[in-house]
Amino acid sequence: MKIHEYQAKEILRQYGVPTPRGSVCFSVDEAIAVAQQLGGPVWVVKAQIHAGGRGQGGGVKVVNSVQDVGTRAGEILGMQLVTHQTNANGQLVRRLLIEEGVQIAKEYYIGMVIDRSKQRVVLMASSEGGMEIEAVAAHTPEKIHKIWINPSSGLTDAEADTVARQIGIPNSALAQARACLQGLYRAFVEKDAMLAEINPLVLTADQNLLALDAKINFDSNALFRHPEIVALRDLDEEDPAEVEASQFDLSYISLNGNIGCLVNGAGLAMATMDIIKLYGGMPANFLDVGGGASKEKVTEAFKLMLRNPNLRAILVNIFGGIMKCDVIAEGVVAAAREVHLKVPLVVRLEGTNVDLGKKILAESGLPIISAGDMADAAAKVVTAAKGA
Amino acid sequence: MSILINKNTKVMTQGMTGKVGQFHTLHCKNYANGTNCFVAGVTPGKAGQSYEGIPIFNSVMEASAQTGATVSVIYVPPAFAAAAIDEAVEAGLELVICITEGIPVHDMLRTRYKMQGKKTLLIGPNCPGLITPDEIKIGIMPGHIHRKGRIGVVSRSGTLTYEAVWQLTELGFGQSSCVGIGGDPINGMKHLSVMKLFNDDPETDAVVMVGEIGGSDEEECARWIKSNMQKPVVGFIAGITAPLGKRMGHAGAIISGGQGGAEDKLAVMEECGIQITRNPAEMGKVMKHVLKG
Repeated sequence: MKIHEYQAKEILRQYGVPTPRGSVCFSVDEAIAVAQQLGGPVWVVKAQIHAGGRGQGGGVKVVNSVQDVGTRAGEILGMQLVTHQTNANGQLVRRLLIEEGVQIAKEYYIGMVIDRSKQRVVLMASSEGGMEIEAVAAHTPEKIHKIWINPSSGLTDAEADTVARQIGIPNSALAQARACLQGLYRAFVEKDAMLAEINPLVLTADQNLLALDAKINFDSNALFRHPEIVALRDLDEEDPAEVEASQFDLSYISLNGNIGCLVNGAGLAMATMDIIKLYGGMPANFLDVGGGASKEKVTEAFKLMLRNPNLRAILVNIFGGIMKCDVIAEGVVAAAREVHLKVPLVVRLEGTNVDLGKKILAESGLPIISAGDMADAAAKVVTAAKGA
Repeated sequence: MSILINKNTKVMTQGMTGKVGQFHTLHCKNYANGTNCFVAGVTPGKAGQSYEGIPIFNSVMEASAQTGATVSVIYVPPAFAAAAIDEAVEAGLELVICITEGIPVHDMLRTRYKMQGKKTLLIGPNCPGLITPDEIKIGIMPGHIHRKGRIGVVSRSGTLTYEAVWQLTELGFGQSSCVGIGGDPINGMKHLSVMKLFNDDPETDAVVMVGEIGGSDEEECARWIKSNMQKPVVGFIAGITAPLGKRMGHAGAIISGGQGGAEDKLAVMEECGIQITRNPAEMGKVMKHVLKG
């Protein structure tokens, strides 16, 4: 789960990581009021969306008067902000962060992720602040310093100091760096984060360290024990189809193609998308109905797919293990009737009670195209999508 | 022979009294030699009771001491599953298979840290389990699609594993053992550790390796195969069409920072001598070609 920059900064402050003073705003009037409260002479107006690259997209402005805060806030609020992490239409800006401006002497990067092969939290730090860490890793990997953190001891003072020196933080700021690094680690573990970045961490002209930008993503599996994180969720930033799917316990992701896929199991769902492409089509979505798909779940899945105006055909690919093919066939027939399906439907069933399932489909009177195996299914659905 | 489990394996079920645990324990008990294999259940506070003739104990330690079970399968809900693994590890079991999906990643990090230096092997979490056809099934896979034979299968997925197995069975290739290592980012046995066991198993002639986007598990296995594997390997990676940064159902299936993509994995696998296919409908056919060609 993702949150906004201002929310990430609030969390970091709770863990002793200093940030510039500032506040979230939803209107120009609020922005002006906050700017007046903060006092000048410099302010920063920052668009709050769940995507990086906001500055390059024109969503971050440094201004020198309260009046300019109002002008810029008016321009940015309501704009469709396009960055390399949004789609081509961009993301509507509904919230701003108004902050005091700071004089920057030096920028650093610190971040944490989970290293899957070493099975540890890894701290990454670099002297190249303000750049995307992926770009630093690609061009100057020697400038990234890593520490794999032992979960029983946590990030030790010695480790924090070592990495701070490696990235060139001056001795006068080592104690502050330690607070930032250890605060980031404690937040990362205690809040069940999957990624946490302070980029840049800046050294100000008066030798103070501040988190100028912050990003935290959380483990969806751990949200049950973090109601305070769930409360930060901003549904406006998420794909409405994906939000709706999650309410029905369906795993759904919108894609750019025109062939809807309904599959049981994440791996098979990905493989189904892949084979559609291999046969010359493009999948409209990833959709895993899970192990216990009921008639209601299948119907909701159909409704979700049909909301996509580009949809030209649907492929249902089910390998019945625990889920029996006759149960899924009944669900498909009921769903197709309920939604008055107009696009071609190709169904491939295999596994438990497959013959019964195929019989239900054949006797439904619906124009369902039955497929023998995955290749047959892909070929048929691609042809159907082209003809529709 | 087979890897990890056979008809003489004694298994306990942790979380046997829940709906999911009951359902699958019954199916496993009814598969092949299951009646002799599934000897105990563990649910704290329910010692003395039984389910389908299988006695229930309060702890893994008790169940192991009373029945001789050395393997555990876990259906405990996600919030408590890591603690269930810890209990099995502390009791000194040989193998733990965790079926549970949705365990917090930080819980698994702590559990894996505690497992360092312990003898217990872990399969999963978020996996279908493993099966040695006609001998024993531990997990949630449909038993009837399998057939006894000499092909090993290792996969991060559930239903995609069934797809691979079914293609093999349809073409007349039975399986020695099939292992689902699970779709989570922090898990126990990797492709590599299972591949080593298949390489050493005299009754496995070839292996199907099914991977997916995310992490570098498949690449690490491929590099080992290049210099050590004595048997042919057929490989498929799911997720060529997956977009960047999105979690594709499995918690571990995410391409992050441009790494973990399917094409990169396939390129490394091909370079290491694995017979790859980009067509998930042809995993069985490619294996047939490799063995007959």
